[in-house]
Amino acid sequence: MSVMLAFTAAVLFGLGTWLLLQRRLTRIIIGISLIGHGTNILLITSGGGGGIPPVIGKGDPADFSDPLPQALALTAIVITFGVTAFLLAMAYRSWQLTHDDVVADDLEDRLITAQQRVDSDVADVEAAEQGHPTDSAGDDER
Amino acid sequence: MNSALVPLPIVVPLFAAALTVIFGRSLLAQRVIALGALSSTVAVSVALLVQADRDDVVKMDAGGWAAPLGITYVVDRLSGMMLVTSSLMLLIVLIYAIGQRGVEDRHVGFEPIYLVLAAGVSASFITGDMFNLFVAFEMMLAASYVLLTLGGRRDQIRSGMTYVVISLVASALFITALALLYASTGTVNMADLAERIPALSPNVRTGFSLLLILVFGIKAGLFPLFFWLPDSYPTAPGPVTAIFAGLLTKVGVYAIIRTQTLLFPPESQQGTALLIMGGLTMVVGVLGALAQDDLKRLLSFHIVGQIGYMIFGLGLFTVAGISAVVFYIVQTILVKTNLFLVAGLIDRHFGTSRISRVGGVVRSAPIIACFFAVPALSLAGLPPSSGFAGKFALLDAGVESTQWVIVSVALVVSLLTLFSMTKIWAGVFWGDAESATARDEGRTNGGPSLMVLATGLTVALSIAFVVFAGPVYELAERAGNDLADPTAYIDAVLGGG
Repeated sequence: MSVMLAFTAAVLFGLGTWLLLQRRLTRIIIGISLIGHGTNILLITSGGGGGIPPVIGKGDPADFSDPLPQALALTAIVITFGVTAFLLAMAYRSWQLTHDDVVADDLEDRLITAQQRVDSDVADVEAAEQGHPTDSAGDDER
Repeated sequence: MNSALVPLPIVVPLFAAALTVIFGRSLLAQRVIALGALSSTVAVSVALLVQADRDDVVKMDAGGWAAPLGITYVVDRLSGMMLVTSSLMLLIVLIYAIGQRGVEDRHVGFEPIYLVLAAGVSASFITGDMFNLFVAFEMMLAASYVLLTLGGRRDQIRSGMTYVVISLVASALFITALALLYASTGTVNMADLAERIPALSPNVRTGFSLLLILVFGIKAGLFPLFFWLPDSYPTAPGPVTAIFAGLLTKVGVYAIIRTQTLLFPPESQQGTALLIMGGLTMVVGVLGALAQDDLKRLLSFHIVGQIGYMIFGLGLFTVAGISAVVFYIVQTILVKTNLFLVAGLIDRHFGTSRISRVGGVVRSAPIIACFFAVPALSLAGLPPSSGFAGKFALLDAGVESTQWVIVSVALVVSLLTLFSMTKIWAGVFWGDAESATARDEGRTNGGPSLMVLATGLTVALSIAFVVFAGPVYELAERAGNDLADPTAYIDAVLGGG
């Protein structure tokens, strides 16, 4: 049981990390959710094996399953839910602004790169940027 | 000692946040409620610090459930000092934000979210429970996501995305650390953890120690985990950047200090690793700052550099080192908030914060120049500023532990910081405005009176901090002693007294 859960958590973490490293916002959000599920499974597993419901009078307290990690996981789920909703709203706003869900490059980073090429004339670079505010080519190193 | 005051710095702002939502139709009512709530938080924090200094530790068990079972709220000298500083800064920045009259500050959601942020920051300082620390962090971060992106502009959304995603990764790692800690010790109460962790095998302890440094290092902007910080902070509106710069990273540093000194026995504290990370953080921060042209971005890199100094002091793991860090954090919060408030004034004055485009502030708004000079000297650590006292204490502690490499790195970085401040001074305050001319020509008071007043308050606080550096340093020393030997903390939490 525990090995199975540990394996599931590991797979969720792995997939989540892979998705997180993509350039598309929707994939990043799915990746974050998967990692969130992985941590929740880990939290549940941290309470040890299962047992009878932890209600006083239902049986011997020694057979109870540990209720604390379940409470912690519930809190974590609520927080992940809220933040995922916010992320989706941000991704939607990003789509409204750029009509694309690719993570945009940082203007200042490109400015600095450009400054190495055209050392003196910052104004030209800025004018060029205003022409192409979202560079979705995706090759620029960050 | 028990005190009913302990949860108030969390409860009052949260309650006020709910009220500001109810009174959302009236901007005036929102502002009155927010100002009232934060002023009373300052009063409560001062009372708590006085109590904590008298009795070592003040605590309250939520719902009357005693320590390992229930959630405990604890205020010791370190938490008390952080609470007083943070609540003062939150109040001053709110006044500034009211004066700013920008789009974001007039948003119906600004006051409620700002109050939630205040509650989250206070909760991080007060809680004595690891899971509660996670919740407090999430409260603070969720509020900061919203504040950062409230304007919904393209650059805000772009950098906000980076910020939110990296924070979420840190949160996921935090839960992972919590799950593993609970699995191996069966508790999440910090005092209880402090008693049970020494029983674990040394390798597991080292693992936990490093995992927690990683988690809080992302929030604090520690090398090599700082990259998101100079990217995202400058895009927020002025007051928001100021409060982020002043408080959020320091909450991360506080969490590193708290967990490293309380939870782990001396043999598994990561002194060398922290010293290396601290040194690299300083160097990267200051070199990054030198390459920047945008004032807010330049100052954001300096946030990173300052974090390096704090981690350097902690990495020594001596009473002198930890006391110096406590002192240093308080003064950095003041200085950083101050610098960003001034940057906000300059931004407003010229409509841009590019150093190459603004100039001549000394002539057009001399008061802004005065307000900048005080914290800038502090940041570089020139006497007689508060930064000098802080850096001197840190270097003294470093020399005492004969860590010559890190001491010399810190000195060189100080020099480069001074260079970067003179670069700002020469570009922004002397020099001529190239393309941007002052928006409100002829007005020499530097901006709306409330903004100037709030900035002036931070300057006054910095100066008062220098004047009272002696008593504050003694307090920091007592706090350092508490942290180096946490038995009083553990006994107070678990003893039920």
